[in-house]
Amino acid sequence: MKIHKYDTVIVGAGGAGMRAAIEATKRSRTAVLTKLYPTRSHTGAAQGGMAAALANVEEDNWEWHTFDTIKGGDYLVDQDAAEILAKEAIDSVLDLEKMGLPFNRTPDGTIDQRRFGGHSRNHGEAPVRRACYAADRTGHMILQTLYQNCVKEGVEFFNEFYVLDQLLAEDPETGVKKSVGVVAYELATGEIHVFQAKAVIYASGGTGKFFKVTSNAHTLTGDGQAAVFRRGLPLEDMEFFQFHPTGIWRMGILLTEGARGEGGILRNKDGERFMEKYAPVMKDLASRDVVSRSIYTEIREGRGCGPEGDHVYLDLTHLPPEQLDAKLPDITEFARTYLGIEPYTDPIPIQPTAHYAMGGIPTNVEGEVLSDNTTVVPGLYAAGEVACVSVHGANRLGTNSLLDINVFGRRAGIAAAEYSAKADFVELPENPAERVLAQIEGLRESTGSERVADLRRELQECMDANVMVFRTEQTIKTAVDTIAELRARYKNVSVQDKGKRFNTDLLEAVELGNLLDLAEVMAISALARKESRGGHYREDYPTRDDVNFMRHTMAYREVDADGNDSVRLDYKPVVVTRYQPMERKY
Amino acid sequence: MSTPVLDKVEAESAASPYITVTMRIRRFNPEISAESVWQDFLVEMDPKERVLDALHKIKWEQDGTLTFRRSCAHGICGSDAMRINGKNRLACKTLIKDLNPEKPILVEAIKGLTVLKDLVVDMEPFFQAYRDVMPFLVTKGNEPTRERLQSDVDRARFDDTTKCILCAACTSSCPVFWNDGQYFGPAAIVNAHRFIFDSRDEAGEQRLEILNDRDGVWRCRTTFNCTDACPRGIEVTKAIQEVKRALITRRF
Repeated sequence: MKIHKYDTVIVGAGGAGMRAAIEATKRSRTAVLTKLYPTRSHTGAAQGGMAAALANVEEDNWEWHTFDTIKGGDYLVDQDAAEILAKEAIDSVLDLEKMGLPFNRTPDGTIDQRRFGGHSRNHGEAPVRRACYAADRTGHMILQTLYQNCVKEGVEFFNEFYVLDQLLAEDPETGVKKSVGVVAYELATGEIHVFQAKAVIYASGGTGKFFKVTSNAHTLTGDGQAAVFRRGLPLEDMEFFQFHPTGIWRMGILLTEGARGEGGILRNKDGERFMEKYAPVMKDLASRDVVSRSIYTEIREGRGCGPEGDHVYLDLTHLPPEQLDAKLPDITEFARTYLGIEPYTDPIPIQPTAHYAMGGIPTNVEGEVLSDNTTVVPGLYAAGEVACVSVHGANRLGTNSLLDINVFGRRAGIAAAEYSAKADFVELPENPAERVLAQIEGLRESTGSERVADLRRELQECMDANVMVFRTEQTIKTAVDTIAELRARYKNVSVQDKGKRFNTDLLEAVELGNLLDLAEVMAISALARKESRGGHYREDYPTRDDVNFMRHTMAYREVDADGNDSVRLDYKPVVVTRYQPMERKY
Repeated sequence: MSTPVLDKVEAESAASPYITVTMRIRRFNPEISAESVWQDFLVEMDPKERVLDALHKIKWEQDGTLTFRRSCAHGICGSDAMRINGKNRLACKTLIKDLNPEKPILVEAIKGLTVLKDLVVDMEPFFQAYRDVMPFLVTKGNEPTRERLQSDVDRARFDDTTKCILCAACTSSCPVFWNDGQYFGPAAIVNAHRFIFDSRDEAGEQRLEILNDRDGVWRCRTTFNCTDACPRGIEVTKAIQEVKRALITRRF
C-alpha cells in the first residue's frame, strides 16, 4: 500500500474532471485519478453541441435558455442553478474557444450555432439556434481541448487508477462528516493507493451500463456514486434517467439530435412524420423524453418499422450530401460501418437508447457535496454527470451536459482549490485501505459459482424490460425483486483471473457491484414516485403531480445491526425563483 | 422520400445469422510466462458483430483472463487499437464479415510499444511524444473579449487533423517507429499539424523546430501505413508531408 498526499484530488478525467483540474492545478497541488486514460473518457462521444445564448446567428438570451432548461426538466430543476448554467454558458464557450477549441464558424468568423431539442426562442415560440458545435464531434473536441490544456498546465495524472472508496471522518462533537481522501486500485500492478487530500472532486461520469441498449461506454458503471453512497451519503433523483430518442437500432450507439437540428425527420413504417402529432410546434425537436415516448407509442400501436416493428427511421435522405458530410460526418459513418446503410439514400433504423443520469451526488451550486438536504460535507465536491446540482431536473436538454461539465467543473475546481488552500489535512484512519483490501481480496479469492457476465446480462435485461421509457408499479416491483436477487447472488461471484497485473476480470466484478447497488437505488426511487415527470413516466400515474412530487428524491443507504442494508428515501424541496410550473407542451 | 419498406438489412436479419469463428489471439502474461503464445478460441458470431464483441464473448463466457482495453465501443475513445490479421484497426470498428471469417482471425497487440499483458501495451512513450510537440494553442497577448475570429477557410485548413483520437494505430503501424522508438511517430506529427495550421496559433515556428529534430518528420519514409491504419480516415501521410513542406518554405 502506498500513501500519497495532495491538496486536491480529482476522480475522473472527462470534461468535468479536466475542466476542474485546469482551475485546481493553478491554485493547489492537484492529482487527477482516472480508471482510463483521460482522452478515453465518454465526454468524447458527445456529438451535437454545447448550448450558450451567444446570439451569433439570431436573437437569443440567457433568460430564454434558463426557461427552456427548467421547462425541459419538467420543473424539477433548481432554478437558481439553471440561471447560473445559462448565464455562465456564454463565458464557458468563449473560454473553450480561447483554449483552442475548433468550433464551426459563421461566414463572419464567429462561432456557428444550430438548433437542438427543447431550445426555443422567447419561451417556446419556435426553435432557436443555440448549440455551438464542431461538426458532430463537439464532445471529442472538448475532451481533446481540455486534455491539451491540462498538458499545457502540467496537470498530474494517475492513469488507470480506479477509485474504490471515499474516506470520511466524523467530527466527534458536531457529527459533521469531512472528506479525508480516497482509496484507489492501480490496474497495472494491483497495488492499493491511499490519496490523502484536503479536497476531493468526483467527476467520474454516469452509470448507464445497468441498461442493455445504451449509448454509454462499457466503463460507465457509477463508480463515484457508489463510493459515496456506501459511505452513507445520499444520491438525488436517481429515478430520472434519459433515453435518447435516436440510438442505432439494437446497438444503442448515439446518433446526435443535431441530425434533427440539421433537418432530419423521424418517420414510422407508413413514412409519416409522426412527431407532428405529439409536438405541433417543436416537432422532431421536442425534448428527448417526449420524443422517446412518442417513438415507443408508435411502436406499441403497430406503426414501428421492420419485421418485428421494433424501431422507427431517422430520415436524412432529403438533406444534401454536402451538408451531411460537413455537419454530420461521424454519425453517417456509424450508419455505414455498423448497419451497412448509406444515409444519403436510405433512412436509418433507430430506437431510444439509455443515455444520461439526471440524478447523482447532490451538490450546491459551488459543487459542494451535501450529506442531507442542506449540510455540506467539507472538502467533498462533485461535478458533471456524477453530480446532481440539479440543472437537469427530470429531463436534461440536449447540449446542456457539455455545458454542465464546463460550468460546474470549473466552479468545483475553483471552490475545491480555494478550500484546500485554507483547510488542513484530516488525519487518515488507522487502516485506510481496509474496506478496499477486503473487497479486492474477497473477489480474487472467491470460489463462488456465479459469473460476472451472467449477472450483468440479467441486470441489463431486467432494467431494459422494467424501468425504461414506460414504467408501472408492477414492472418496477419486478425490477426491485430481481435486483435484490442479483445482489444476493453477487455475494457468490468469482473471477477467473487471480493475477495482479491488469486484472480487468476483477475490475468488471467491482463495476458490477456498483451497478447493482445503483440499480437498486434507481428502482426504489422510481417505485415511490407515483407521478409522471420528464424521463420518469408511470403509466399508472400518467400526469405530473406538483402537490405531492415537485420535490427531489434523496436516497440513503441504511445498515441494520445484522449488517443488512436497505435504501431509505427522503425528499428535498425544489428551488423555485421566477418560473411557476406550467403544463409542458412542445 | 419514399415510404420505408422492409429493406435489405431487415430481410437478412430474419434468418439465423450465427457462424463459428476461430479467434487466434496472441496471449502474453509475464506473471505466468516470459513467452507469448497463440491461443485459439471458437466463438459463435453474427458476422455483422464487431471483433470487440468476439473478444467480449471470449472474456465473458470462456476465459476471464483475456485482457484488452476498451471503452466506448464505437470508434471514438481510441482504447482498442490492435493488430487484426496483420493490420492495425480498432476492434470496435472492425466487423467480422469484413475479415473473411472462414479463416482464423489473428489478433495481437499493436507493435513498437511494450506489451504488458495480452493486447495491452505501455502507452506512455506514445503520449510522451504527443506532449513533446506542444499540443495546445499558443497565443500572445491581445486577447479579444469575445471569441477569436476565424474564417471558414482557415477553419477547414486543419479540420482533418482535429479528428485524431490518439489510439496509436498509425504510430504503431510505422516501420520507422518499430525500429526506433525515439521517432515522434505519425500521431504526434498529426497533432502538431493541427496547431501549426490553425490560424489562431502563434507557436508554429517552435513546433516546426521540435519536428526538425533528428527524430522528427524527416524520419518519415512515406510508406502510407499510417494513413491506411487511421480509423478516423485522417490523411496522416499528407499531414506529415505538409509539415515537411512548411519546414522548407516556412509558410503555414
